[in-house]
Amino acid sequence: MNGNLRAPVSTAVALVGGWLTLFSILFGLEGLRATLLGWVMLVAAAGLLLGVLNLGTVHFTKLRGGSRNALYSFVLLVALFLTFVITAWLGPEAAAPQWLFRYIQLPVETSLMAVLAVTLTLAGARLLARRTDLFGVVFWVTALLALLGSGPLGDGLRPWLAQTLAGAGGRGILIGVSLGTIATGLRALLAADRPYGG
Amino acid sequence: MNFGLLLVVGFFGGALLAFAFIGRQRSEKNIRDIPAFYRLQGMIELAVEDGSRLHVALGRSDITSPQSAAALVGLSMLGRIAAVASESDNPPVASAGDGLLAILAQDTLRATYTRLGLFGAYENTLGRVSGLTPFAYAAGTIHMMKDDGVSASLLAGTFGIEGGLLAAAAERRQVFSLAGSDSLPGQATLYATASELLVGEELYAGGAYLDAGPMHVASLHAQDLARWLVAAALLGGSILGLLGGFFR
Repeated sequence: MNGNLRAPVSTAVALVGGWLTLFSILFGLEGLRATLLGWVMLVAAAGLLLGVLNLGTVHFTKLRGGSRNALYSFVLLVALFLTFVITAWLGPEAAAPQWLFRYIQLPVETSLMAVLAVTLTLAGARLLARRTDLFGVVFWVTALLALLGSGPLGDGLRPWLAQTLAGAGGRGILIGVSLGTIATGLRALLAADRPYGG
Repeated sequence: MNFGLLLVVGFFGGALLAFAFIGRQRSEKNIRDIPAFYRLQGMIELAVEDGSRLHVALGRSDITSPQSAAALVGLSMLGRIAAVASESDNPPVASAGDGLLAILAQDTLRATYTRLGLFGAYENTLGRVSGLTPFAYAAGTIHMMKDDGVSASLLAGTFGIEGGLLAAAAERRQVFSLAGSDSLPGQATLYATASELLVGEELYAGGAYLDAGPMHVASLHAQDLARWLVAAALLGGSILGLLGGFFR
């Protein structure tokens, strides 16, 4: 569809969808809400498939361009193709896809978690050099106390830190996030934010 | 009927429109200083001058969930950054951990370049999915930053602890990173790893600081007003609770 024509159509669809969803929540119209959610789930599933296609296209372009890391792109494309075919053929509950998940996907992600642990330890050590303000010191001392609290000495310390101090601070931040979410939602409902090319 | 929600939406909507009306009569934005955004603006100008690439990481928000608000802010900022950096030799790239989010990133970039009459500079690969699970997204985005010669990275969206890997990778390559997330573990991790962090609602103020439009400034004022009211209500409630305890 022509870009000039597409913009008002997408804006209208987004606005009607947004306002109908809001009205369905305000007036308890469960049937309408369920129907809209059903459509959204369908679009989201199509979006996931498009995401996989996008990932494949990007790495195929890299492979054809012969970039420095073309080998990684090749491995990714082969793994993507094999996983997709096996899962589509046998179904996600079958033994082979489960094996792929348990013995390839899970260990790879766990190893990245281990890398993160090392990264955070280094970042924690360098934090006081990078952030020399009061909040940097408070953050560092709190992290240290929380770590000490994980040991045998910290029976009372850790719950107090996590539930009282950090809990209160966390709620404050979440209130800010909620207000920001409402404001952003309203901007979308008023068509001030149009990330759909409108 | 959900009166609580109606009250919140009515108050916010009214405040937003009122501040938008007031804003039209004033030339200055009158918003509080968030130094992180000034550093980002400096990095954008620097990237345009030296022809390096900017990267906007949109995270892995599910666009059908309430977390999509953080991603929508990221998309607004992406649009502005693309417009400001349109003269650069290397246009900005966006990474997403969700298919729909990547499509929206492509649409935002396409619309920005079309509006500026630079449609030839647009390519579909400028908005990409770099991984569909949190750690796969982080791993894919780290490679993207390296391969595309990124000089500054904006992380605006939903990032959990995996955001720490992105910010740490940026730091290792001496790439400036400004990060904002709607997730508490993500914010804590990014505080230790990112060059600059947007705490709590500061992420949602991004559009106002990057001149994304008067409604962004109006919504920031509405947010500030609501925050003061919530703080007053919490304080008042605590005092009343204390007094109730004394007089019981």
